[in-house]
Amino acid sequence: MKIIRIANGQGFWGDSLEAPAQQVERGPIDYLGLDYLAEITMSIMQKQRSRDPRQGYARDFIPLLERILPACVERNIKVIANAGGVNPQACRDAALEAARKLGLSGKVRISIVAGDDIMDRLDDLLSRGIELRNLDTDEPLQTVREQVQSANIYFGAWPIVEALRQGAQIIITGRCTDTGLTLAPMIYEFNWAEDDWDKLAAGTIAGHIVECGAQCTGGNCQVDWETIPDMANIGYPIVEASEDGVFVITKHEGTGGRINSAVVKEQIMYEMGDPRSYITPDCIADFTTIQLQDEARDRVRVYGIKGRPATEFYKVSISYSSGYKAVGSLVYAWPDAYKKARAADRILRQRLDSLGLRFDEILTEFVGANACHGPLAGEPSPDIAEVVFRIGVRSNNRVDVERFTREIAPLVLNGPPTVTGFAGGRPKVEEIVAYWPALIPKSEAQAVVQVTEA
Amino acid sequence: MGRKIKLLEIAHARSGDKGDTANIGLIALKPEYYPILVEKVTAERVKEHFAGICFGDVERFELPNLGALNFLLHKSLGGGGTVSLKTDAQGKTYAAALLRMEIEIDA
Repeated sequence: MKIIRIANGQGFWGDSLEAPAQQVERGPIDYLGLDYLAEITMSIMQKQRSRDPRQGYARDFIPLLERILPACVERNIKVIANAGGVNPQACRDAALEAARKLGLSGKVRISIVAGDDIMDRLDDLLSRGIELRNLDTDEPLQTVREQVQSANIYFGAWPIVEALRQGAQIIITGRCTDTGLTLAPMIYEFNWAEDDWDKLAAGTIAGHIVECGAQCTGGNCQVDWETIPDMANIGYPIVEASEDGVFVITKHEGTGGRINSAVVKEQIMYEMGDPRSYITPDCIADFTTIQLQDEARDRVRVYGIKGRPATEFYKVSISYSSGYKAVGSLVYAWPDAYKKARAADRILRQRLDSLGLRFDEILTEFVGANACHGPLAGEPSPDIAEVVFRIGVRSNNRVDVERFTREIAPLVLNGPPTVTGFAGGRPKVEEIVAYWPALIPKSEAQAVVQVTEA
Repeated sequence: MGRKIKLLEIAHARSGDKGDTANIGLIALKPEYYPILVEKVTAERVKEHFAGICFGDVERFELPNLGALNFLLHKSLGGGGTVSLKTDAQGKTYAAALLRMEIEIDA
């Protein structure tokens, strides 16, 4: 039976720079999927593009391509990446230039998937009654219209399938679902139909398992973590997919990490939501039908998956400015580290209040004592060696947040003793870019696929 | 005659976020522990456990095929994402916090 090997080389923008190259170099693969877009990445890229029309995509992708493209062309490995950001065209142009510099003219076809960017269409959509209501709060987008910084539709696998059908070997998309990066090769290679719901669900779940890179090969694994072999050389995951929708999760021989049912279960549960209804543009997957089998060392077989028809909507990822925040910290050491840190907090809050500064929120945490688990951590030991006093503020008033940032350092000289950890300098005021999830009827969206030969 | 154990002894877990909601998956270490989790780790008990952290509803979903329960803890991440001021704005340590929960089992 035909098997295709779909590797994930990047779980998020900021993941290992070596992993994609490792996937290409350490063994056979047919496809390499890479995720470059976190929720708010698009707003950063919009700003970059407004300053320079040739920017607005994930620049890291180009040096990576320079490194792996010759091998990919030689071995017919196809690369699918959402590195296009808000400017897939510019990303493609840079990729074409890289290919030509490598002497690969005429040897590689690069495609973009665009049409996800609806920033310029927002007012038209709103005027026609498509309110883009916030999925969490039900407010209409109009309430934050002036603050919107980016708006992109989450396309699924099908536009990528179209690019593959047009002969593309490198596919650069804008916003698309992570699961689509893994599902598209399966649809293309096995000719699955748009209503093969069970198979589409299987491909979607395969994508969910590998979309966070090493989080399914032993990374961030809570069970038996100390005995996981050779984490420094952890292998990123590979899906071995077959036509019937059954797949195996594995990794290259000789790499570190561990894949077994327990590890895969942890990743399956990750950010799952309602297990019976994992909604994607391509189908609704039912996680309560997943069956796992430990086939061999570092090989888990996944089967039995069922799915249901997709909805009539795409999800839209919108970002908007929503005030400012800043977080500062100082370290207090033994003796009485916790007491001193709490005293510093009281003193600082009193000063902020005397200055007439008002914030939507002031949050104090004591890292080393109870920042992660709060009340569940109980009281820290009186002999605790050191505690980080960490305090953050949020406000729509940038001036007040800026003033707050100047009140941390003085505590070193005019507050409780045995204090350090200020060498990083004054905390930075950060503009908050918040996330606004909404839905748009599929009929309103049109993906654009363009293939160019280098 | 019962004895108290921490969930850490019979389960493992992983957590993540979706906006201001923490998603915690709780997985039985052995298939025979799953019915204990189903019986003892109710949404109400999880909400009590996360008092002072979770300020919204807790939803529970069952995955008998994996021996796992999935919990959604609404309003538990200080606004979540980029809005939150928390160290753990994405709830990545909440899975371990759940494993602190004590339940009584038959010895």
